[in-house]
Amino acid sequence: MIEVTDLETNFSTGFIHRRVVRAVDGVSFWIEEGETLGLVGESGCGKTTLGRSILRLIEPDRGRIVVDGTDVTALSRSELRRFRPRMQMIFQDAYASLNPRMRVSESVAEPLKIHRMGSRADIDRKVRELIEEVGLNEEHLNRRPYELSGGQNQRVALARVLALKPKFLVADEPTSALDVSVQAQILNLIRDLGRDYRMTCLYISHDLGVTRAMSSRVAVMLEGRIVEIGRTADVFDRPCHSYTQRLVDAALAGRARAPPERPPLPAAPTMVEVRSGHWVEETV
Amino acid sequence: MTNEALLEVRGLKVGFPTPDGLVRASDTVDLEIYPRETLGLIGETGSGKTVLGMAILRLLQPNAAIEGEIRYRDRDLLTLPEDEMRKVRGREIGIVLQNSGTSLNPVYTVGTQIAEAVTLHQGLSGHDARQRAVELLDAVGIPDPVRMAGEYPHRFSGGMRERALIATALACRPTLLIADEPTKGLDAVTKRGIVDLFSEIDRDRSVLFITHDIETVEDLAARVAVMYAGEIVEVGGVREVFWDPAHPYTRGLLASLPERGMRPIPGSAPSLITLPPGCRFSPRCGCAIGGCNREHPGLVEVGPGHYARCMLYD
Repeated sequence: MIEVTDLETNFSTGFIHRRVVRAVDGVSFWIEEGETLGLVGESGCGKTTLGRSILRLIEPDRGRIVVDGTDVTALSRSELRRFRPRMQMIFQDAYASLNPRMRVSESVAEPLKIHRMGSRADIDRKVRELIEEVGLNEEHLNRRPYELSGGQNQRVALARVLALKPKFLVADEPTSALDVSVQAQILNLIRDLGRDYRMTCLYISHDLGVTRAMSSRVAVMLEGRIVEIGRTADVFDRPCHSYTQRLVDAALAGRARAPPERPPLPAAPTMVEVRSGHWVEETV
Repeated sequence: MTNEALLEVRGLKVGFPTPDGLVRASDTVDLEIYPRETLGLIGETGSGKTVLGMAILRLLQPNAAIEGEIRYRDRDLLTLPEDEMRKVRGREIGIVLQNSGTSLNPVYTVGTQIAEAVTLHQGLSGHDARQRAVELLDAVGIPDPVRMAGEYPHRFSGGMRERALIATALACRPTLLIADEPTKGLDAVTKRGIVDLFSEIDRDRSVLFITHDIETVEDLAARVAVMYAGEIVEVGGVREVFWDPAHPYTRGLLASLPERGMRPIPGSAPSLITLPPGCRFSPRCGCAIGGCNREHPGLVEVGPGHYARCMLYD
């Protein structure tokens, strides 16, 4: 579904003394249809640049990117624009990625209008459907980003992306700024929607716990290169590269000191309301 | 713990008047910090944990309505004259504020900023203060401290800025250190470094470690307090609270961790202006019973030194 071959992206810095930084250094990998590939690494390792380069939000200097049978690197500007709806991205800071002057309804309708997807009435109906799908409701339609919480803004960003029914989604740390309970809501939502829409996903994160929960395979990035890639359980439980080992150790250092004698507490039971005000523990 | 508390917060209420009504950021908070202990304070955005940390050093904006008592070594910090308070800040109680990027002054070198604190509180001369700044940077693990002391904050990475701030807070060897989200926004390896640094520095001082990162608290603290909607809803030993949580909110918080099933708590936290009647967590609580939306529960002892604010234990 996604095939990236020998991708390279350089940045040059400095005005007089030009220096070239190779942010993505010959990266190759593929993602199967409907699969989520996790991408982990510390800040500054090039994860975000890689994600953006695949979508040509940053022009790569070398390499080939094939998305759903189309060679993205060979597309002209106008062809690329027509292809855009099929590959989308969500960002770490949803608040910053939304236009502060637009109401939720306008923000979600915008991609539909740009890509001329239906009449005004169609778009209106579509926006309402999308808003409900991401767990918001009618009363949010007239709000602006500053009137919403971080989690709600990320839901709006998701609705905008889903409006275009993309085949490929790059998620760049969409929950790293959120609290854990909100993070769990958004992660579940992304996972469910990914399944419903049969989306292929590149999930960028520095949180190994989140990556484990979200992806079937994982790639570890260090200084612009992928140093290890494989099934998530294999990579995290039996890391082969010393850097992956270090990442896993850093994440697990606390666990080792935690009391091992007691098993982790089962999650709080879900309660079901059998009649008004009468709750009973759900039997699994 | 049988020894006497170093800091005791009693019935602390903090409100901020706004055009929409009073925001009750902290409501009747009781908390003790003992000598040489690290107390974790966890809670989600807007639960009032930062306000609590700032209130201890009287760093809140002047229009904040503050009630209650904060006893530190037989003095009430809330009624202390300002010049006395200035001696407490930095010298006896240090603070590492949130957002290391904005806490450092961009137009002075890092060394100058650390030396400033030393000169001010310990009366060292320019040269000695400078020397001390370099020592402090070295102690918090900054490589090549002599050179880095002469660099401006923008040359420091996020993790290094955090270290520099910790160095500043430690400059006068305070007995209590308040650290507000020192690991926020750092990647796993950098975070590990900061956590290790804290586990080294907390041996001879008390630390109030404010965070929303549950794992970090598990690593560093012996006791933990959980805040929800301006109140402490559970407090106790880290083992008891994280492995056998009593309050349904704490249980929900732990269950939302990816490692523990990633099951979210339904709904969202209430506005601090219009709080729900009765227990503040009751509208989202799967265990809510009849009286939960009418009676406001107090902290009940559920185990030795382990308290929870829930009707289930009344």
